[in-house]
Amino acid sequence: MNLHLIVEVLPLLFEGMLLTAQLTAASVAIGLLLAVPLALLRTSPSSVLSYTIVLYTFVFRGTPLLVQLFLLYYGAGQLEWVRSSAAWSILREPYWCALIAFSLNNGAYTTEILRGGIRAVPSGEIEAAKALGMSYALRIRRIVLPAGFRLALPAYANEVVLMLKASSLASTITLMELTGTARKIVAQTFSPYEVFISAALIYLGFTFLIVHVFGRLERHMAKHQQRAKLKNHSRPRDRAAAKVSASQKVAP
Amino acid sequence: MIELQGFGEQIALGAFTTLRTAVTSLALGIGVGLCGALAKGSRFQIIRWLADCYTTLVRGVPELLIILILYFGGTVALTTMFGRYVEVDAFAAGVFALTIVFGAYATEVFRAAIQAVPSGQIEAAQALGLSRFCMWRLVILPQMWRYALPGLGNLWLTLLKDTALISVVGLEDLMRKTSIAAGSTHDPLTFYSIAASLYLLFTSVSLIGLTWLQRRADRGVRFAQ
Repeated sequence: MNLHLIVEVLPLLFEGMLLTAQLTAASVAIGLLLAVPLALLRTSPSSVLSYTIVLYTFVFRGTPLLVQLFLLYYGAGQLEWVRSSAAWSILREPYWCALIAFSLNNGAYTTEILRGGIRAVPSGEIEAAKALGMSYALRIRRIVLPAGFRLALPAYANEVVLMLKASSLASTITLMELTGTARKIVAQTFSPYEVFISAALIYLGFTFLIVHVFGRLERHMAKHQQRAKLKNHSRPRDRAAAKVSASQKVAP
Repeated sequence: MIELQGFGEQIALGAFTTLRTAVTSLALGIGVGLCGALAKGSRFQIIRWLADCYTTLVRGVPELLIILILYFGGTVALTTMFGRYVEVDAFAAGVFALTIVFGAYATEVFRAAIQAVPSGQIEAAQALGLSRFCMWRLVILPQMWRYALPGLGNLWLTLLKDTALISVVGLEDLMRKTSIAAGSTHDPLTFYSIAASLYLLFTSVSLIGLTWLQRRADRGVRFAQ
């Protein structure tokens, strides 16, 4: 282990980390924006739309992300109409290719996760909303989405961690994110242990951060349940305790 | 008709390598996962702690980086060990890396599955005077599979797709053969589409197989009609 080398390459790795963070955050955000309407349509009764969405999630979850990335990066430029269109200025750039591939991939997984959450919303809650005369849009906004998202949150946190790890694939199409930077430095210094393990520790720190933030979010969103539990458990006991202390005071 | 330009055989060979890598890693990874799950339930704190470290580290680091560490790190380690340049076999390095990754996730799946076996079953085994080994072999493991199967199925699908990452260090798998074909014919669109379809075929067949396995594993269980 060459500590001197680690200190030397750390600033470079942190630079790569910024791109990793940016790619992950952007892909997760776009993926979520895609997934919310798709998950709602997927759980709606319209069968034609539902089948189209099933096809989308099946293809993106059934093939390796690397294939999707290469198909977009190397394959799209082969089509004449893509080359001549305005989209070519975007699809030419490895950064945009990676972002599009990651977002579509993340969107497919998130759609299925959200669908699971939405389906798990107790039907009584939705019936209650209907009985109160809420419109479809209001029901979705106030009941289905918040409750569904809360139920899907643990799985979604995993998906965000997977996205962070998947962003390392961007290094295969020349992007200098954390893994790409590490590979470049290893090629120059040929000391794989120091550099790759430093990069691994940075990823690990990132993973812990995501897990921590989602843990807090989960606790925050489950606040009403915790309070209900506390009330149910503490009230009778408090009363009993009060009674005991009162009787003890009186007795002597 | 799709023009393969003579690369059909190479791609078929690559697909075979992909399947061979995945199946080997699955078999070894299940072993690692079982050991990991046993370690997590160990009486000794140090073993539990080591197992926790293993799963946390592996699950928090990108698979690609683990493959790179093991491949390049392995080359350096073996080179210093033997005093001359040793090239690590891409298949061995790939299977090793995928086994380690699969094992970490499988540890969690098995741990949860073992806990899901009703404690009454274990108490009954103890009441019958079964030895620890017999209890595991006759009572816990056979029942655990049913609970572990959905999780393992998902892990298998992930593993199948993760084999594509080993092409980065030069394993001649489906992805690598496709890259070569795409590069030399200047027709990446066709070849990567073929690769995608093949992966899709593998995952679809796997899904059918998993449904069948699950039905078989559930055959002794009565569900509410």
